[in-house]
Amino acid sequence: MPKLTINGKTVDAPEGATVLEAARMAEIDIPTLCHHPKLTPFGGCRLCIVEIKGIPRPVTSCTTPVSEGMEVTTSSPQIEDLRKTVLELILSDHPNDCMVCERAGDCTLQEMAYTYGIRENKFAGERRVYEKKDGNPFIERDLEKCIMCGRCVKVCREVQGVEAIDFGYRGFKAKICTAYEKDLNCEFCGQCVSVCPTGALTGKMWSLKGRKKDVREVDTTCAYCGTGCNITLHVKGNEVVRVTSREDTLNEGWLCVKGRFGYKFINSPDRLTKPLIRRDGRFEEVSWEEAFDCIANKLTEIKAAFGADAIGGLSSARCTNEENYAFQKMIRAAVGTNNVDHCARL
Amino acid sequence: MQQQTEENKRKLIVRVCIGTGGLAAGGKEVIAAFKKAINDFCVDIDLDFTCHYQKVGCRGFCARDVLVDVVDGDKSVTYQGIKPDIAKRIVREHLIEGKPVTEWLIDDSYYAFHSKQHKILLKDCGTIDPEDIQAYINVGGYEGIKKILSGMTPDEVINEIKASGIRGRGGAGFPTGVKWDACRKAPGDRKYIVCNADEGDPGAFMDRSVIEGNPHSVIEGMMIAAYAIGSSLGYVYIRAEYPSAVERLKLAIAQAHEIGYLGNRVFGSDFSFDLRIKLGAGAFVCGEETALIASIEGERGMPRAKPPFPVHKGLWGMPTVINNVETLSNIPYIIRNGSAWYASIGTEKSRGTKVFALTGKVKNTGLIEVPMGIRLGEIIYDIGGGIIGNKQFKAVQLGGPSGGCIPHHLLDTPVTYEDIMQTGAIVGSGGMVVLDENDCMVNIAKFFLEFTQAESCGKCVPCRIGTKRLLEILDRFTKGLGKDGDIELLEKLCNDIKVTSLCGLGQTAPNPILSTLKYFREEYEAHIKEKRCPAKVCKDLLTYGILEEFCKGCGACLRACPAKAITGEKKKPHKLDSSICIKCGACFDVCKFKAVGRE
Repeated sequence: MPKLTINGKTVDAPEGATVLEAARMAEIDIPTLCHHPKLTPFGGCRLCIVEIKGIPRPVTSCTTPVSEGMEVTTSSPQIEDLRKTVLELILSDHPNDCMVCERAGDCTLQEMAYTYGIRENKFAGERRVYEKKDGNPFIERDLEKCIMCGRCVKVCREVQGVEAIDFGYRGFKAKICTAYEKDLNCEFCGQCVSVCPTGALTGKMWSLKGRKKDVREVDTTCAYCGTGCNITLHVKGNEVVRVTSREDTLNEGWLCVKGRFGYKFINSPDRLTKPLIRRDGRFEEVSWEEAFDCIANKLTEIKAAFGADAIGGLSSARCTNEENYAFQKMIRAAVGTNNVDHCARL
Repeated sequence: MQQQTEENKRKLIVRVCIGTGGLAAGGKEVIAAFKKAINDFCVDIDLDFTCHYQKVGCRGFCARDVLVDVVDGDKSVTYQGIKPDIAKRIVREHLIEGKPVTEWLIDDSYYAFHSKQHKILLKDCGTIDPEDIQAYINVGGYEGIKKILSGMTPDEVINEIKASGIRGRGGAGFPTGVKWDACRKAPGDRKYIVCNADEGDPGAFMDRSVIEGNPHSVIEGMMIAAYAIGSSLGYVYIRAEYPSAVERLKLAIAQAHEIGYLGNRVFGSDFSFDLRIKLGAGAFVCGEETALIASIEGERGMPRAKPPFPVHKGLWGMPTVINNVETLSNIPYIIRNGSAWYASIGTEKSRGTKVFALTGKVKNTGLIEVPMGIRLGEIIYDIGGGIIGNKQFKAVQLGGPSGGCIPHHLLDTPVTYEDIMQTGAIVGSGGMVVLDENDCMVNIAKFFLEFTQAESCGKCVPCRIGTKRLLEILDRFTKGLGKDGDIELLEKLCNDIKVTSLCGLGQTAPNPILSTLKYFREEYEAHIKEKRCPAKVCKDLLTYGILEEFCKGCGACLRACPAKAITGEKKKPHKLDSSICIKCGACFDVCKFKAVGRE
């Protein structure tokens, strides 16, 4: 384990760790915009520059591996001045519309601008303007707010394995593009949205439903499949307005299209909240006790009249392993047949 | 009829330049004209000589293309500016009658152009047929690789290269032997040698000319490098915009394969080596080695953070040496002639020769090879023949978009990596653009910034947005919109971009501004404070007017004006309405009486 000093503090860092990782382990803060702990280092935003003794120019801590005896300084008047220039440059090409931005209050760029007290911008100049809106149903792509940190491109490639987006064009006109700049047509997992540090990528259905400070966060488990991803419902009043996932969970914050965007059913008026029994051709709401009795009676009747093999059980991929185990146990032990299967095989 | 013996036959060789400049000037047509004329006359007159026409690569003196050598036994005569219709005369008068055609012979400037050059690479470039491997073999080609395969260890090769003192000719000047050594010592199952032929500086054509004129020297250099570092596969990363270089390289590789110089167990040794060509898609940044690696791997050409350096973790994650074309093509000559020979050329820290593309406002433009340590003034005035129209020299731009401008009072600077760096410019890959009094330095800086901004890959903020802001500030200056404090802002941003950018492109992009600010600050100030362009280039700062006392009323300006801003009757002084004038300068250019004023 290499031993290095960061701001005079001795730190033991694991072999292969970057200076940024070592600093974070030692609870020393280094500002970054493009770095994401689950993605490969990028080194694009240049905010995480630090001074290392023996290296003539500042280096990005997110890409520099630690080595034995390294002496790192994370903050100095020169470093802070350079960071401020870089931030001003980013903000000089960013719409100044935090007042209406979906991510206000939950935006890394906004936070940095606040920290560095950037009000007037001496580098003000042309700003990228993109007229075209992406017509896909889930993800709002506001490329004017994009800071080209590349997190979306990397999560799409490295985590999702889809590569639906990549860098396009050069110079000031460089931007994140879909193939042939068509509307985004991917699996809409929304991982890109989850890693975007600004308001460039947001959920279309979240629009104007409430910012981070307006919602109550409720941690729960996604009911869509047996994986059981941890999700966080963002609740405003009594309505779920957004779903996210924390990075410190078993699914590491990653979700699929259903878990992230498929929450509308919760507030749907058509959603069943009580069991129904059809009587005289019409569904009637009943209690769970009545419903279970009805099922038990019918199964007993059929088994008596036609034998256990006249009954089959079909379970669901949305159930957990434990639930599926219990279900087949019931069919085999209580009903007495091996006619049991699972919807995922259909 | 009495048959003459072979020995008695006159041996004639006609060499026609088909380098890029030669081709553009009509080299192929000239060859065809010579073939036809020789055929026609030979049939008619039954002359007794053997005659060869040879295609050769770049001769260097592009300003005088098409250059043609006529070698008659041991006498060689060079013609310049040859067009197809002159071929017939040369064949009749010189080849047949033995009297050179005097009006097309090269003049003093041709000799002056070559006087201070020291040609190693370009010597063969201009004399051998690049499309024939045998031509290269005949002048000692592939002797270097044979020599090392028959008794030199890789370490001995590396020591020889180290002793020669050669440094990377791509621009940064890193010692080649040290690079090879690091790669050789780096652990890795496979190693790669990559030739960087992504020459992209505006005005630069050194690497292109070397590949077009002497492709086998690059191949042999790569083989020697591969043997030294322990590689069996090399890549040549070459711009797709160099079609004839690509074509000749492909042909050269195929010919080397055919005779067993490339492939398995070269010359019966244990050394196997093959070469692949990877075409670049025209991105300047791909000349940066990590972006080049990304591009070969099939990714978008975006630089990666260093360390790790390519010699440790390069192509496909394996130790990789990336050398420039010129560096590699020097290698066979070093091995063949010995490190002491190479080290004897140049200065103590910058050894050997350097190829430059000499362009701009000098009389003799072209491709030159000079010993390191030659003074800038010698290149511009002796080789280049001075400034066109005997105008005032202003500066010489070295190193392209990463380089800087060197002013008149520093013309004594020797061309070495250290001395040039001291001036704020860099030796770079070898673009040398000469500027005269009619060049506006603010505008020159703006030109290079336009280039780097457009070629920024967009990955890092300082380069993507910072260079755009630099360009905007410069643009304001040229439009008369600069204000107090702008120069200081420009300087600060330049310095911050240099320090914070990810790769060499961004780190050096401000150099053209910083060096012009350093030597021509008063020009910047004139643009801002007086709203005046001293070189009279920046259109928005100029006003045109007709000086009535000189105007003869000839009407030339009136006819030339595309905006109909000039009115007047014949033989009476004309008037120019500056509210309509679009400042194109057509009236100024056309007036014979200096009656159009420009301020």
